[in-house]
Amino acid sequence: MSTELLAKITASLVDGDPDATLDGTRKALAAGIEPLAIIEGGLVPGMRIVGDKYASGEYFLPNLIVSASGMKQAMAVLAPELKARRQELKSAGTVVIGTVRGDIHEIGKSLVATMLSANGFEVHDLGVDVPIDAFVARVKDTGANLVGLSALLTTTMHGQKDVIEALSKAGLRDRVKVMVGGAPVNKKWADDIGADGWAQDAVAAVDLATRLVAH
Amino acid sequence: MRPTLRMLSEPLVEQIIAEGMALLRKPGVRVHNEEARRLLADAGAEVDQARLVARIPERIVLQALETTAREFDLFTLDGCPAVHYGGDQVHFDPGSAALAILDPETNRQRVPVTADFVRLVKLVEQLPQIDAQSTAMVCGDVVPEIGDLYRLYIALNYIRKPIVTGAFRKDTWWIMKEMLTAVAGGEAALAAKPIAVFDVCPSPPLLWSDLTCQNLIDCARAGIPAELVSMPLAGATAPVTLAAAVVQHTAECLSGIVIGQLVRLGAKVVWGGSPAAFDMREGTTPMGDVVTWMIDCAYAQVGKRLGLPTHAYLGMSDAKVIDAQCGMESAGGTLLGALAGINMISGAGMMDFESCQSLEKLVIDAELIGMAKRLVRGIEPRDEPIALSLFEKMGHRADYLAEPHTLKWFAKELYLPSPVIDRATTDGWLRKGATTAAERAADRVRTLVASYQPSPVSQKLRDELRAITTTAAKKFGMPALPPLPDFGLV
Repeated sequence: MSTELLAKITASLVDGDPDATLDGTRKALAAGIEPLAIIEGGLVPGMRIVGDKYASGEYFLPNLIVSASGMKQAMAVLAPELKARRQELKSAGTVVIGTVRGDIHEIGKSLVATMLSANGFEVHDLGVDVPIDAFVARVKDTGANLVGLSALLTTTMHGQKDVIEALSKAGLRDRVKVMVGGAPVNKKWADDIGADGWAQDAVAAVDLATRLVAH
Repeated sequence: MRPTLRMLSEPLVEQIIAEGMALLRKPGVRVHNEEARRLLADAGAEVDQARLVARIPERIVLQALETTAREFDLFTLDGCPAVHYGGDQVHFDPGSAALAILDPETNRQRVPVTADFVRLVKLVEQLPQIDAQSTAMVCGDVVPEIGDLYRLYIALNYIRKPIVTGAFRKDTWWIMKEMLTAVAGGEAALAAKPIAVFDVCPSPPLLWSDLTCQNLIDCARAGIPAELVSMPLAGATAPVTLAAAVVQHTAECLSGIVIGQLVRLGAKVVWGGSPAAFDMREGTTPMGDVVTWMIDCAYAQVGKRLGLPTHAYLGMSDAKVIDAQCGMESAGGTLLGALAGINMISGAGMMDFESCQSLEKLVIDAELIGMAKRLVRGIEPRDEPIALSLFEKMGHRADYLAEPHTLKWFAKELYLPSPVIDRATTDGWLRKGATTAAERAADRVRTLVASYQPSPVSQKLRDELRAITTTAAKKFGMPALPPLPDFGLV
């Protein structure tokens, strides 16, 4: 019974049906399945399949986003249940993410934020055109161990370097890993400006983030 | 008969316009510019000052459509009309504001510098198929704060053709206007015979940023034409259904027309844009996609229904090198845009999602543009009767090559390509070095740039332009400008 319920949750994520994910999650709770088991046995495998299907070219961005939204809704239901049991979901990491100063491109950054959130990261999305100090302040406030910097223009990508320098100046650089992304950004640029990593798309960003915080 | 492309049925056009107007009432348009909000409120729009949203009633939109300019010309620097906005006339200019140039030596992108843009400007002057210049590259050898005006400064030293430009900041628009005023010989002269049009870009969905809205207001006030560049991304920042994306475009452009007319009745505002499909795998904005072309042609039809001058970003490719994809994508947009009768089609030379200029692609695109212009001239009878008199004379003979009739008409009827297009036999092609189109294009770039003749701009005027630009550069911590090729450290 419980295997069947969890399989349904997994399938609902793969099918991109957030209502079914939510419904399945509630049913699983009602059936007495532990929240952690729902996450690890139902939701996480579903997101993994969706990520694999995207990477193989079978799925497209709307599939990713809809599944991530199902995951997020299910987690909102599960969070209080975890708390009631004095359990904590082992957070994959805490990320402060934003598009750097002078740049108002939102899509790529939001995709990464959504995917990180769906994969168990605590995400603080600062939005677009984010001042350097705002990154530093939020890292301080949240104790984040990861910073994601997006830039879509060659004229604004220097902002990524500025934020990294500001983090160093504030004495926070040892505490956080910094990943960068955006159309003009590549591995060489990431190396040049002293970032810890670069990812070419949202799925790769999740892999990168997972690797960076594991170190 | 001019062959014409219609993308939408007449009832669909009407519905799109009606829904576009409805969007301006609800949810309204976000206006992050204080002066525009005040103008809209004074005119009777319902303005939510906290949320910065203006709800514009239909009556204000209809009024604006009554008074907005239905046609106007852009002029060469020596005062001749060169581009007619209005009707179905089609013109082309290079895609603007590239952040990279495709280096023909390495076949990779790099940051363009002054000398690159000067070469592009000279090339455009020498390409008869291209009707207008554009501030096509952002040069990396000056401080970014003067990136916009520095392009115009360079161009004005070399051009005769009118120019499509734009400002990246509120304050730099004024410096650019100062340059244009100097070249035109005064503000009144500039308004009477505009030599430039400014691109102003609403942000999807339904937002006027402070900067671009101020540029629109300042253009309208100065009598300088503005080109609305509304850019719904179907499936990302706009609905994925194409008709709905066109509704969003309609609403954004109508709000721009309204703001222009509230500043000044009769302001010249072009119904333009740079919409795109959204690539659902890469998250990119393909300019060479069939859906991008369809949205462009559809909104142009809406603009024409409203009787407005039109513009679109078309004829670009997302390829990274000059390859089959590059040619294929550029051809589709160029031909369809011409058939749709879009007055100004920006994009020649542009690759990689509107971010990289290639001079070699530009000369290949010029051939495409030549063909597109030939296409829309259509097929005419030429003689009456069309063929009978000729056949009476020729019977079954096949030697039309020797006929005076052929000599009379061939240059008008046929398209005569430059050497960029290979029409040789295989042997001939081998003898000439067995080159690719990109290699022949590189040759032609060299030839055309070398054939450039200096523009009639006087030394005094060049000094004035340099002084204006140097003052701006100093303000942003750059003591001197890079030298201009041909003029040294003027």
